[in-house]
Amino acid sequence: MADILRFLYFLLIVRPVILIVIGLNVRRSNLLPDKGPAVIVANHNSHLDTMVLMTLFGMRRLKDVHPVAAADHFLRNRLMAWFSTKIIGIIPLEREVKGVRRDPLAGICEALDDGKILILFPEGSRGTPEVRDEFKTGIAHVARRYPEVPFTPVFMHGLGRSLPKGEGILVPFFCDVFIGQAVYWTGKKASFMDRICDAMNELEAEKEIPRWEPS
Amino acid sequence: MFEHLSPEIHLTFAGIAGLLLLANAILFLRKRSAPDRDDTELVLRVRTWWIIVVSFAAVLAVSTTTAIVFFGFVSFLALKEFLSLIPTRRADHRVLFWAYLAIPLQYIWVGTVWFGMFIIFIPVYMFIWLPTRMVLIGETKGFLRAIGTVQWGLMTTVFSLSHAAMLLMIRPGESARVMAVGADDGAVASGGAALLVLLVLLTQFNDVAQFCWGKTIGKKKVVPKVSPGKTVGGLIGGVASTVALAACVGPWLTYLDLPRSLLAGLIIGVAGFAGDISISALKRDLGVKDSGSTLPGHGGVLDRVDSLTYTAPLFFHFIYYCYG
Repeated sequence: MADILRFLYFLLIVRPVILIVIGLNVRRSNLLPDKGPAVIVANHNSHLDTMVLMTLFGMRRLKDVHPVAAADHFLRNRLMAWFSTKIIGIIPLEREVKGVRRDPLAGICEALDDGKILILFPEGSRGTPEVRDEFKTGIAHVARRYPEVPFTPVFMHGLGRSLPKGEGILVPFFCDVFIGQAVYWTGKKASFMDRICDAMNELEAEKEIPRWEPS
Repeated sequence: MFEHLSPEIHLTFAGIAGLLLLANAILFLRKRSAPDRDDTELVLRVRTWWIIVVSFAAVLAVSTTTAIVFFGFVSFLALKEFLSLIPTRRADHRVLFWAYLAIPLQYIWVGTVWFGMFIIFIPVYMFIWLPTRMVLIGETKGFLRAIGTVQWGLMTTVFSLSHAAMLLMIRPGESARVMAVGADDGAVASGGAALLVLLVLLTQFNDVAQFCWGKTIGKKKVVPKVSPGKTVGGLIGGVASTVALAACVGPWLTYLDLPRSLLAGLIIGVAGFAGDISISALKRDLGVKDSGSTLPGHGGVLDRVDSLTYTAPLFFHFIYYCYG
């Protein structure tokens, strides 16, 4: 039942909003993984980020795509928890594990073992719109356990203008989505993080952000 | 479904389809004679032309309302492209929302033929409301620039383009300055649609003619800093071609007589050129080549309707002056 609702939600609400109201300018969509296990690593500006990335995969792959999201925010009440896990299909992540000795990456590992495609935002939170924060190193721990899984970097621009943190009204702007070559575990945390960050910087440099005065 | 469109409109679309087939044939032969030549851009451009022409014909064929909604959607895409291109202030989030809201309202005035409101809504009410809303937010840094750019965007992409749709709604008046030709037959019944087809045909033909003449003749550049491809010879050749096409098609397709058709061709030729280079100047100022990527081979929607933003209101008011 929830699967049908999820399918309809993405088909009738998410896709029309993302493709018609917002409008995407996608570069190299062929670099997206065709099947899991795989991880998408993206910058985070807006709640719309997840919707854009899920739209990119199309309806055929929808059942395999799951965003990883903060448990404290998205499971904060029962209704929200139902919507987040059943309709959006999030894999909840405990940002702060207190006391209990539990593996915080257990949910992610389980999903990858199941052959899912995961969406990760290593900035952690949306932060200031269109300003990229440093990536947290949690993804390196996942990559170490799954050295054969591709990590595909995706840079998005525009959604922080459409629906920035703290705004309830969506204002349409075209969204640029630039997809890079997949990165694999390098054997060292530092060099893996460098590779991911370099890839994101390269993608970001493709976008010429117009300014009134030359910066 | 097709009855409200005169046979001349059907034939015009058939003629355009013929021209596109010709373009396909030429590209095919070029590919055969020189397989190494890279025509990808041109092939994409012609394919997108097919999509534009078929959708335009389809929305006209369904109903006038559909055509108005279609133009509203084009305005939406063009305004969205414009706002995505220019720098905007974060504080103006809600002001921009109001700017978008002007689109459905403006096209409602078109659909209900509320002419007075149609003509002042954006130049008067929006002109006053948007800066008021902006002042209420209280951010003064960059105020003039922010309000100037948003109002200019609304004027070009919404106000101007809605004039094309308004052509569908006007009928020749009883005491017009000029008598409509063939006032008693189909030419007046589907007169609005015919005028719209003439406007769009001449504007797009003018773009192509300016481009082709600019490539072949003329050395002296008109505006070298804005658009290095535009020559004086190309401009004259382009306008002359458009006037010639207007003389051939105008009196047959619409209720315009020959002198009025010639004038319409002249207006569209010159204004089309001005609209084209204005959007070019905007893109050059911002350092981008295309306004977007919605139309493969053309760039963005704004790249395609740039000339129309100038020709539509001028052609409309010329018609309104003569026949209104």
